[in-house]
Amino acid sequence: MTMEATRYDDGSITYPGHPRGPGGSEPVETIDLSEYTAEIVTWTTSTATPPGVREPNHLAIVEFDVEGESVRAIGQLTTGDVETGDEVRPVYVDELRDPGAGIREPESQAWDGYRFEPV
Amino acid sequence: MGRVAIIGASMTQFGQREGEWIQDLLAEAGIECLEDAGVDADDVEHLYVSNMASGEFEGQTGVPNALAHDLDAMPAYTQRIDQTSSSGGAGIYAAWQSVASGASDMTMLVGGEKMTHKTTGEATDVIASLTHPAEYKHGVTLPSFAGLTARHYLERFDAPRESLGKVAVKNHKNGVDNPHAQFQTEVDLETVLESPIVADPLRLYDFCPITDGSAALMLCPESIAKEYADEYAVITGIDGATDTHVVHEREDPTVMGGVVESGKGAYEMSGYGPDDIDVAELHDMFTILEFLQMEGLGFAEQGEAWKRVEEGHTERDGELPINTSGGLKSKGHPLGASGVAQGVEIYEQLVGEAGPRQVDADVGLCCNVGGFGNCVITTIMEAAQ
Repeated sequence: MTMEATRYDDGSITYPGHPRGPGGSEPVETIDLSEYTAEIVTWTTSTATPPGVREPNHLAIVEFDVEGESVRAIGQLTTGDVETGDEVRPVYVDELRDPGAGIREPESQAWDGYRFEPV
Repeated sequence: MGRVAIIGASMTQFGQREGEWIQDLLAEAGIECLEDAGVDADDVEHLYVSNMASGEFEGQTGVPNALAHDLDAMPAYTQRIDQTSSSGGAGIYAAWQSVASGASDMTMLVGGEKMTHKTTGEATDVIASLTHPAEYKHGVTLPSFAGLTARHYLERFDAPRESLGKVAVKNHKNGVDNPHAQFQTEVDLETVLESPIVADPLRLYDFCPITDGSAALMLCPESIAKEYADEYAVITGIDGATDTHVVHEREDPTVMGGVVESGKGAYEMSGYGPDDIDVAELHDMFTILEFLQMEGLGFAEQGEAWKRVEEGHTERDGELPINTSGGLKSKGHPLGASGVAQGVEIYEQLVGEAGPRQVDADVGLCCNVGGFGNCVITTIMEAAQ
């Protein structure tokens, strides 16, 4: 399992990837963000969660530095005991929420992924 | 392109409308709007319905045609406009286009949503279904985006938490004088700041409620507006814009590109600027959104909207009254109706029908936000000269 970001022909990186990147740039390769650590940009603890989502749900927007190029991601945190600026690493989880409990068709997307754990 | 006038408006009671469903709510607002404008249903050429999710909420699709039948407005052309929470603003844009282009000489827009039969979690999930799969699988909701952004804003701009609470206090105070508002009660700052946490640092009173309701506007060419109304409003500027679907990919989490771009377009079309606006309705689904829209629309410098709120600048008797209707915060947020209801409030302010909420206004603006700034419509209206 990888946390797959996409690099485009202008050097920019996004997570998740898109068929076209900033300025219409084309994807050239994927990068596994799970091999990097990131810094918390901001975080929250959500206490009113939808069906199938853990409660409370600790979430963060984090920023990776991939060879000088920054790329942000959003994801669950392993704990709510964090501060802005903390360093975190991705930790694999095979099911981030119950695929059958919400409105989205379970087969339409993946449900595994990475939580962020303080280093 | 000819100028487009608004000659009538209506709004149902917003709140929990037990036993009434989307067709009932749309028909109620539609009939009242026809009466307010003095227009026969036979004369409606285009009939637009702003609605995000009647299929998901109650299993009822095809609502524009259902409304045309209920109003006996056949053979009017009908269309549903879904742009999530900005469906209402997008409906104003579509209705404006239909008249400005000459395709229709009489267009009625009705926005509505039926939500309160669902639990808060279920309703939150319907709304969160607009998110990217990479967001949705983590349980990201619109309120959690608000919590993430509010923390970043407060930390980065050294803004006091109380300033967000003051938005809620102000909008509840305004809602007291709106007989259609879901909440017509004041709240004090202490109550806001001690209410249960929903998405830290935001609490219950930083969020709008889940709401049933409908609102409507009647549009026609200004050349025939006088046949229907002595007082009317003219849409002088309108534009819509998008920002990224994946919210964390935005360069600056405190800048909503859709607000900035749609605002620029509306200002340019109207010839007005931020200093010319006398009254504004902003999409305060969460208190932090009022700050971001004030800054995106040029009512405050970046990172300084909280100071304007602290100074009382946005109170009803302030320099720029914001959300005189009570906003989504107090009036309620039936998704597809909200942008239309913003238009209703600005229209009523401009034609002098806002009752105890009335302010001195010749030019008004409304900004309707879909997703977390994913889609935005900004509309500027002026009182007919």
